[in-house]
Amino acid sequence: MSTFVKFIIDGKICLSEEGKQLIEAAKENDIYIPTLCNYPGIPPKGSCRICTVLINNRPATACTTKVTENMDIKTSTPELEDFRKAVIELLFSEGNHFCPSCERSGNCELQALAYRYKIAVSRFPYFFPERSVESWHPKLIKDHNRCILCKRCIRGIKNNDGKTIFAYGRRGQYLEINIDPETSKNISDELAEQAMNICPVGAILVKERGFITPIGKRKYDYNIIGSEIENQ
Amino acid sequence: MTKNKKIIATTSLAGCFGCHMSFLDIDERIINLIELVEFNKSPINDIKKFTKHCDIGIIEGGCCNDENIHVLREFRKNCDILISLGECAIMGGLPAMRNGIPLKECLEEAYINGPTVKDVNSQKIIPCDPDIPKILNKVYPCHEIVKIDYFLPGCPPRADLIWNALYALVTGNELLIPYEVFKYD
Repeated sequence: MSTFVKFIIDGKICLSEEGKQLIEAAKENDIYIPTLCNYPGIPPKGSCRICTVLINNRPATACTTKVTENMDIKTSTPELEDFRKAVIELLFSEGNHFCPSCERSGNCELQALAYRYKIAVSRFPYFFPERSVESWHPKLIKDHNRCILCKRCIRGIKNNDGKTIFAYGRRGQYLEINIDPETSKNISDELAEQAMNICPVGAILVKERGFITPIGKRKYDYNIIGSEIENQ
Repeated sequence: MTKNKKIIATTSLAGCFGCHMSFLDIDERIINLIELVEFNKSPINDIKKFTKHCDIGIIEGGCCNDENIHVLREFRKNCDILISLGECAIMGGLPAMRNGIPLKECLEEAYINGPTVKDVNSQKIIPCDPDIPKILNKVYPCHEIVKIDYFLPGCPPRADLIWNALYALVTGNELLIPYEVFKYD
């Protein structure tokens, strides 16, 4: 039997199993901690830093931290909120995020977070990097313009042999996530679909479709990201 | 009454006029608006030059050529408050999709190699008449050229967002932005 621990999030007394990922533990207690790189069911990475919270007044990522007894967690001080906004704005400045022409618009988690924080413009200059679109794969399109390098696809998508399909290529500011032509050659339609859905943005797309859901019926058209947790 | 009316100017730089169309989507509220404001330089009334100092300047589109920059600076000089209206003014928008491609390649594709031009432009001419505005190396967001005071996102910004923002600005009331009108597409 697992032990339950008591901890405090934003002044609210919470209960959860000991050793549970803080993001999940908060979710159980109807508290939403914003995140981009975390995905339920795959090992946390802590790469986007958006889930940064204060644990006993020290900043730490909520996806890689496990809950322990008497933890005092603050999720939304003005500094944290501004920090989170800055990270989202940096992601918008760093890549080429042309929402009006993106197939994922309305279902995109990066965009949904920007809506949640009402970010109208990035405080950083737009970088407009030169990036390519790989459309030669049999089932998938990889758009490097939109990739935020969260590594969800690398961590979450494996082919029938358990081999990874996505991998990092190049280094530093040229870092990109590539599709392995060998392991991705014979993937099923379901796996291709899964790869598209695991991507928080529109960087991985299944070929020959797009803009299926009309404006007004998309995931984040009327629902704020995280509201499904907060309004329980 | 006319004395107290705020004066608005609008322009479309490297945009598609979609934001102006969305502006007109405020429908019958335009009658309420005209009670509150007076329009100066704007494509809506076809006034080409500033005839007086304006309170609010609304900019649609980013800067893709030197004429855009000239007009934007004119607006900064003649308006107290500038608003970037829509994705193109805010971050370059769809015209900025060329920013990752060298300008030479863009022009060659448009005038020499493109499927609709390659058979007709036998002399391989890229227009460069001095009367034509010079194209810039990149498409720039307006706030990278002049100071912009407010930003209204959307492609186009929802009519309700434009109305709410203008109404709040002109009357001094608090601006309310419902979630569903704050969109990037």
